[in-house]
Amino acid sequence: MDNLTFGLTMAIVGMGGTLVTLGLMALLIHLLTVFLPPGDGKGDS
Amino acid sequence: MSEAILGGLEALTSGFRELAQNGGPGLIMLAIAGGMFYLAIAKGVEPLLLLPIAFGCMLVNLPLSEMMSPEGTLRTLYNMGIANELFPLLIFVGIGSMTDFTPLLANPKLLLFGAAGQLGIFLTLLLALALGFSQSEAVSVAAIGACDGPTVIYVSNLFAERDQIPKAMVGALAVAAYSYMALVPVIQPPIMRLLTTRKEREVKMPSPKGKVSKAALIAFPIVVVVITGIIAPKGLPLMGMIMLGNFIKVSGVVPRLASAAENEIANVSTLFLGLAIGGTMAGPQFLTRETLMVFGLGFVAITTDTVGGILLGKVWYWLSGGKVNPLVGAAGISAYPMAARIVQVEGQRWNKHNFLLMHAMAANTGGQIGSVMAAAIMLSILKGLGIL
Repeated sequence: MDNLTFGLTMAIVGMGGTLVTLGLMALLIHLLTVFLPPGDGKGDS
Repeated sequence: MSEAILGGLEALTSGFRELAQNGGPGLIMLAIAGGMFYLAIAKGVEPLLLLPIAFGCMLVNLPLSEMMSPEGTLRTLYNMGIANELFPLLIFVGIGSMTDFTPLLANPKLLLFGAAGQLGIFLTLLLALALGFSQSEAVSVAAIGACDGPTVIYVSNLFAERDQIPKAMVGALAVAAYSYMALVPVIQPPIMRLLTTRKEREVKMPSPKGKVSKAALIAFPIVVVVITGIIAPKGLPLMGMIMLGNFIKVSGVVPRLASAAENEIANVSTLFLGLAIGGTMAGPQFLTRETLMVFGLGFVAITTDTVGGILLGKVWYWLSGGKVNPLVGAAGISAYPMAARIVQVEGQRWNKHNFLLMHAMAANTGGQIGSVMAAAIMLSILKGLGIL
């Protein structure tokens, strides 16, 4: 694979993949805090 | 008898002869080791890593040193934990145990800053390819943009062990990564001021509301590991170890293991890793044009990481109608908690009533996850392309 194809593949799929994965993770973390809300439980911070 | 005495004397003076005849590169490396000692001791620049790296560098560059010979002490350490990537992973267990993800869970959307803060990785990769580095070398150099020493060592060593990059390059990359991490307080503020207006810097953000449950904190590392395992399995060792350390801590049931991860495991691994990396810095292999270029590209990587975070901050400022301070974006890198503190100090410099720390901590821990995730995704793409 030539360098240009390789670089663009890494940049587009890599940066795009990182953004999408972290976006998905942010959504799941939000859901975690919704479904596991803080109560009077010990250790909530 | 006299011959034996002369032979013995000759052995004792052979080091001086070697120094006089072939000592040039070794002497330069000893001076570099001295410079690292100075930075670590007098200036406090990442002493935890720079001290053992500098010591390893000194040991391997003394004339006739056999420290990196097949039976040498540094070679043994190298084979024990660098050749198989064990030491960086053990350090990650400690980092995970030391990191508090509560601010991120309280404000998860700030995780996106952790993605923007990886822009430097991909821009540096393109630049390295344009400058003539091979594809494996370019990926290794770009990893400096992760702003995370163990990640850089882990990624570059995967290539070094396959002889896709020179082993000495791992040492150069490690020193560059840790040097720039230490220089983040110097590098970031001018970029933050250059890319934002006074009005943007003065934006006051209210304190994040709401507590985070212990159950959510415990579930968090499991969720992160599962997502990483599904999307980017090649990076599972990195994310798995950092989340293992965090899981041990937040579970609250194994304080001895949490303490060991933060202290004994992290400290011993750091010492051994530093020494072994220093051992790869033998003069003839280290003193190359590529090493200088690695340092130049490392600077580009860290700078563009900050630019990426701030640009997303500016977009967010615009979309939110001026409610988000773009400075927070600069914390979306892995240098934890240094980058968050810089945002807090810079924010207060322009508005004394501004407390950006908790927002910046969320972005900063997002940067930690983002850097590991970016590396994991890169490795998985490389596997898909048949390069790893």
